[in-house]
Amino acid sequence: MTETATLFLALALIPLPPLAAAAVLLFMPGRLRRPAGAIAVVAQALALFASGTVLVRVVAGGDGFREVLNFTWFQLGAETVVPLGLLVDATNAPVLLMVSLVGLLVFIYSIAYMGGDPRAVRFFCFLSFFSAAMLGLLVANSLLLLFICWELVGLASYLLIGFWFQKPAAARAARKAFIVTRIGDLGLFLGMIWLYREAGTLLFYDGGAGVLETAVLGGLAAGAAGGMTAATAIALLLFIGAAGKSGQVPFHVWLPDAMEGPTPVSALIHAATMVAAGVFLVARAYPLFEASATALSVVAWVGAATALLGACIAVAQREIKRILAYSTVSQLGFMMLSLGVGGPVAALFHLLAHAFFKALLFLGAGSVSHGCGEEKDVLRMGGLGRRMPLTFACYGIGMMALAGFPFFFSGFWSKEAILHAAQAWPVSPGPFWIALAATFLTAFYMSRQMLLVFFGRARSEAAAQAHESPRLMTAPLVILAALSVLPLVVATPAWPWFEALVRGGEAQWALSRLLAPEVWPLLAGSILLVGAGVGLAWWIYHPGRREAAGRDPLEDRLGAGHRVLAEELYWDRTYDFTVVRACRWSGRLAAALDRWIWGGAVALAAALARLFSALADRLDRRGLNHGFDLGCAGLRAGGIGLHRAHRGQLHFLLTTLGVGAVGLLLLLAWL
Amino acid sequence: MITLQLVLLVSSALFCLGLAIVLLRRNAIIMLIGIEVMLAAANLNFIAFWRYGAEPGSLTGVVFALFSIAVAAAEAAVGLALILLVYRHFRTIDPGRLPVAHD
Repeated sequence: MTETATLFLALALIPLPPLAAAAVLLFMPGRLRRPAGAIAVVAQALALFASGTVLVRVVAGGDGFREVLNFTWFQLGAETVVPLGLLVDATNAPVLLMVSLVGLLVFIYSIAYMGGDPRAVRFFCFLSFFSAAMLGLLVANSLLLLFICWELVGLASYLLIGFWFQKPAAARAARKAFIVTRIGDLGLFLGMIWLYREAGTLLFYDGGAGVLETAVLGGLAAGAAGGMTAATAIALLLFIGAAGKSGQVPFHVWLPDAMEGPTPVSALIHAATMVAAGVFLVARAYPLFEASATALSVVAWVGAATALLGACIAVAQREIKRILAYSTVSQLGFMMLSLGVGGPVAALFHLLAHAFFKALLFLGAGSVSHGCGEEKDVLRMGGLGRRMPLTFACYGIGMMALAGFPFFFSGFWSKEAILHAAQAWPVSPGPFWIALAATFLTAFYMSRQMLLVFFGRARSEAAAQAHESPRLMTAPLVILAALSVLPLVVATPAWPWFEALVRGGEAQWALSRLLAPEVWPLLAGSILLVGAGVGLAWWIYHPGRREAAGRDPLEDRLGAGHRVLAEELYWDRTYDFTVVRACRWSGRLAAALDRWIWGGAVALAAALARLFSALADRLDRRGLNHGFDLGCAGLRAGGIGLHRAHRGQLHFLLTTLGVGAVGLLLLLAWL
Repeated sequence: MITLQLVLLVSSALFCLGLAIVLLRRNAIIMLIGIEVMLAAANLNFIAFWRYGAEPGSLTGVVFALFSIAVAAAEAAVGLALILLVYRHFRTIDPGRLPVAHD
């Protein structure tokens, strides 16, 4: 087998094992919980192995490595061919490895976390299904295939958020997530249709004819319609889809509610992988976005707004997972910002780094709640550092990576790269300053959470009784903690290996680059900002403080502002008052229209039809039927008469003959 | 003086008599006799039209009547034979009660 064939075999083998596992688990009896977990884990491990093989091949491939395998899905008529394709390059190969690796760790964690749930088999089935769809999304070389997988991960997300559907909040959150992302998907769908109309294909790369290749992009950038080029319009429509999936303002409202799902789901889908699909889509279609400066500006500004708003709201939340959810929103905003200001490599690296440490934080949060009796309110925790040392250590690493503690955490360098890209954006300095503010807030809210959860004294009975989680849960935490640190070596300014991999070129090791005049002031500045954030948190939440139980000291300092933040800027309520209410009223209007206007018309038509049928019935019975009966009687009488003539009664015949002859004679005589 | 009209009147009466016999009687032999009577009426007409016709000297009418009587005799023989066979078979010679003619 040639090398390319092996590569595509490996590529196809990435999404297939989880898909097969999902299919098997779908028909597995519900009591086989342990084998179900084992099957899912083994399938995921296979996917991980295949991803590893592919990544090694991509790294070995060197500059601008890209392999494409297109095939015909189906054909309509003579010329309309619908092709799909697989693609591997430096953009998706690291993400593939990340998704399968985080997936594997979350699967292992789930064996412990969901082991006692009566529907654990179904849970693993959904998880495997999600994993297959997500991996399929990453390897797609066709916007169509990507869109199919995109919808499938949406479905998996819906099923998993609502996994405990007996909880009304979970069922509602699942519906909300599904509907809100669907609104975004509408944009993606329209963009896809438009793109097909303009380019006649949906393949990303197709030997020069794909939509991300210069020939098509030139055509898209040239044609203008309604004040913007087709490239701008399509890119913006695609971005609406990406914003819906990645929880960008104003579609972010579903993401915090999605935390009603089981914690492994939050870690895998709503922190590490699916929500990053929007960022991945923009990164994948980056040549298209690059063809339109307007679209990139929109991406940058939406990303910046999301980064800041998410961080602000996270400051005032009380639920441990909700803080992390808003933190995810904020970090996704960072990624979009980076894409918008022309730093796709930084965005991709932040995506990878964030996936590891955010999965770590979510799994850690799950371990924390698991340890202290499903408590979720950080104000009712405290002092858990002593009782859950391993969780504490891992969580600490994740928190420092997210907050951007200097030098030894991947999150620091990825955020640094983003800030650097934002600073270099020639269009406006706004996103850069917003990103700096968000960096400060990130350090603040993560320190706040850390101090409230792990330091001080226990503020509730459950927290005082807390215990460390089982080994099956802490092992993934340790691995993820290691992964929150390790990737840093490939993407520091001193050794920009990752950038060289994605962009092409050779990475040179040069520690002196850290001290280059365009690098060090920003490094120092962001370290100062992080320090300020942590210091402020320590000042407000230091462990020795005296406070009323269950009351946030920030509340007294911020006053009304805190209330606004705690209510999440009244975003949900605004939607309730506007969009939801408008939908409901238009629904009511439509129902009334339906019932009275259309329903009346239908009732009238029915009454008329009934009247006519009654008339027809009467006509039938009295007219036609009676006439027919008469006709029949006549025929019968005639038949009887004729029958008599043909009975062979000789005398009758002769009499008739005689009478007839006489009659004829008389007729002759008369004439 | 006997005129043609008088003879035709007699022959008509004879024909009607024969017809009445055929129509009213239920016995096949009697009906055959009635037919013979009607035939006799016809023969009488032949004779009458010859006797009062244009050429009474050429004997054509008499010859025609003789032939007719001979044919009628043959016909009567066939008819009687048929009636005999029918009687043997069905034990009746009432044509209305012969089963072959029913329905």
